[in-house]
Amino acid sequence: MPVDQTSILKLPIINEAARLMTICNACRYCEGHCAVFPAMERRLIFDEATIDYLSNLCHQCGACYQHCQYAAPHEFNVNVPLVFAKARNESYVTHAWPGAMKWMFRANGLFAFAGFLLFTLLFVAATIHRTGFDGLFTMHAGGFYSFIPHQIMAGVFGMAGLIVLIVWFFSTRNFWQALILPAPWTIPRRVYVRSLGDALTLKNLGGGHGRGCYETSDQPSPTKRRFHHLTMYGFLLCFIATCLGTFYHYGLALPAPYGWFTAPKIFGMTGGLSLLAGSIGLLWHKYSTLSDLQHNDQGFGDTLTWLLIITSATGLALPFLKSSPMLAMMLCIHLASVLCLFLNFAWGKFLHSIYRLLALIADALEKERGLVEDQGAYFDG
Amino acid sequence: MDREYDVIVVGGGHAGLTAAICAIESGASVCLLEISPRDMRGGNSRHTRNLRPMHESTAQPMEGVYGFDEYMDDLLQVTGGQTNLELAALTLRESSSSVEWLARHGVAFQPPLTGTLHLGRSNAFFLGGGKALINALYHQAESLGVDIVYEAQEIALNIHSSRFSSLTYRQDTGLLTIEGKALVAASGGFEANLEWLEQAWGPAASNFLIRGTPYNRGDILKQLLDAGSLQVGNAKQCHAIAVDGRAPKFDGGIVSRVDSVPLGIVVNKNADRFHDEGEDFWPKRYAIWGRLIAEQPGQIAYALTDCKADGLHIPTLFPPIVADSIEALAGQLSLDPHKLRRTVDDYNSSVQAGNFDHRVLDDCRTNGLNVEKTHWARPIDSPPFRAYPLRPGITFTYLGVEVNNRAQVMFRQTDSNIFAAGEIMAGNVLGNGYLAGIGMTIGSVFGRIAGREAASYAS
Repeated sequence: MPVDQTSILKLPIINEAARLMTICNACRYCEGHCAVFPAMERRLIFDEATIDYLSNLCHQCGACYQHCQYAAPHEFNVNVPLVFAKARNESYVTHAWPGAMKWMFRANGLFAFAGFLLFTLLFVAATIHRTGFDGLFTMHAGGFYSFIPHQIMAGVFGMAGLIVLIVWFFSTRNFWQALILPAPWTIPRRVYVRSLGDALTLKNLGGGHGRGCYETSDQPSPTKRRFHHLTMYGFLLCFIATCLGTFYHYGLALPAPYGWFTAPKIFGMTGGLSLLAGSIGLLWHKYSTLSDLQHNDQGFGDTLTWLLIITSATGLALPFLKSSPMLAMMLCIHLASVLCLFLNFAWGKFLHSIYRLLALIADALEKERGLVEDQGAYFDG
Repeated sequence: MDREYDVIVVGGGHAGLTAAICAIESGASVCLLEISPRDMRGGNSRHTRNLRPMHESTAQPMEGVYGFDEYMDDLLQVTGGQTNLELAALTLRESSSSVEWLARHGVAFQPPLTGTLHLGRSNAFFLGGGKALINALYHQAESLGVDIVYEAQEIALNIHSSRFSSLTYRQDTGLLTIEGKALVAASGGFEANLEWLEQAWGPAASNFLIRGTPYNRGDILKQLLDAGSLQVGNAKQCHAIAVDGRAPKFDGGIVSRVDSVPLGIVVNKNADRFHDEGEDFWPKRYAIWGRLIAEQPGQIAYALTDCKADGLHIPTLFPPIVADSIEALAGQLSLDPHKLRRTVDDYNSSVQAGNFDHRVLDDCRTNGLNVEKTHWARPIDSPPFRAYPLRPGITFTYLGVEVNNRAQVMFRQTDSNIFAAGEIMAGNVLGNGYLAGIGMTIGSVFGRIAGREAASYAS
């Protein structure tokens, strides 16, 4: 990425990250913790593209900070996780697509909140339009579709999903090019298997010994990794539930609502519970994080966590409100939060899953190629 | 009297923590005093990364075997026989359980770091380095009930005819006194005490950089020696390497080292070479360069390479000083350009043809110089030329108290209730020279012995 594209906000962060990597590359004590430091050792120059790569490879476990002999009050003031957290957030802006949407990454929480209110109002308006004002707080024997028709839901979310896929395609392409990765079909399958394995196990949140992260104290804790697993797998279960629901509707001509012991419901309920527990846990973990490692990102990360909490909580509540006058209101809130989540998929913290996976692919590919470790290491004692 | 303990440990590095943990596991009540604030705790252990445990069979995380005989040969070779053979044998044998002991107390290990090919068989590396080890041991000590005091300043030992009874220290609240039945001294050497270094080295000491903690001032060592304990080593002995002259005065640690020496030449302030840069592999020779530079005028030297050395050594903390000609480089280093040109020309013209291979003791050497370079000699003729300023960087000092095989500090008169572990007594085993990881090994072995013996003395 040429320097003239670097935002004014990003340059000092890149410079600071490069300063740290120069110190770390002369030290190397942390190379057993995660993928970042071996990747650093394969390099001598730390430009913007390299920092974008390394900071997205960083899973924010805190081990290197707790174990750093150069952490403050040492004059070198080394704090890799904090600086990388800032660099990572800036990298989302750098590689955002379309460029006109970069503003979404600043004050992300504010936009999400405004969007949430707006979308809720729109769904409420749609309900009133169909059922009259009284319909908003009455029981609906006919289920969801009696006040928000299926075609509208399918149309709105189908369109949002399509936009997300297009944005993902171009954001992936941008970061793929920044990582100087070759054409996707030329990369051996085992590279994908390895990187996907690292992503699905969150190997890099294990601290190198598998005991966990160091964000809340100087002793390892599996908490963050477990909560992230609950969140990630809960999310995937909910996604499967949605796909199943779509299949039931169009493939089997079985429209919702579904009974408790149907596949969409089982996946949706377990996924929702897991997602809710995981995202509340991650939020709690964040507030237990040591102040030295707390990154004030103006709510950029919390926005996603809160959206996941609201979406899963409202989603879980819906089946229990089937014969309640609150059903319509709850559905409006739920649909608005899902729509905000879609916005976050495209221009928010959710992108970290894509960028991190790409960084893991780049890392696995470098290992596959056996990129020459610098030979000078030989003279070290 | 503010508090009373069975065992008081002074010094919260690897050796002191090991002693405190062993003492409390033996049933003693233990207090550990650390002079530094919590953030800078752990003495020089914070900067370490491995120890060297004997293993007669393959033992994780090491590869292969490193048995007693080979270990003892290595120790005798580096010390030139300056070792207490009984204590050396004890250290080697006891070191075989060090990794297991540390792992049981929360320390994680890893395969050797990149760039340490020579050490994969003999040394066990701490995952995350010495500070990770220190954090784990503090956590253990706290969980077991050791009372830990940080920022314990001006510790004054109360010793009468080799018997320790109590000590006082200053904390921000004021002076406190604690009584102990036994004392473990694990407070390191005196390398951060610039006045003491100057007494030994004269004015040259002001140009030394201290690689480790600024808290190793040797106050406890001095009090023990003043109280009549027997001494090992002398104050001028220290482990010193060549470090980048631009590094901080204290605490630069591992990153300030410069590994380019064997790939080029080293000149002093007068632009003269003064030692064979290619004598042996750098891991075997880097520890003599501190002393070599300390003996040069102004205690400064410059490591010169040309572009052929790029990428062949560990990246450095500070960028090299770069120029397109030797004269321009001399200008930047404030050396006499003509003199440096002559030194480089003399060197270049005596380089013999050979096959350069930095991974073996190759046949690239000079012939006909007063100071020959015996391996890896290639002409310095391809710009850009690069230079690193070098200063002596002190790692640790050898002067210490004499101990017996129970880690008991020896006095002329009688039996003592003072025990010692770590750098303060390492000179008993390592009287000279250095083996990678030996310091932490001595700390591990004598930490355990001192803790156990102090607890048994107190009961």
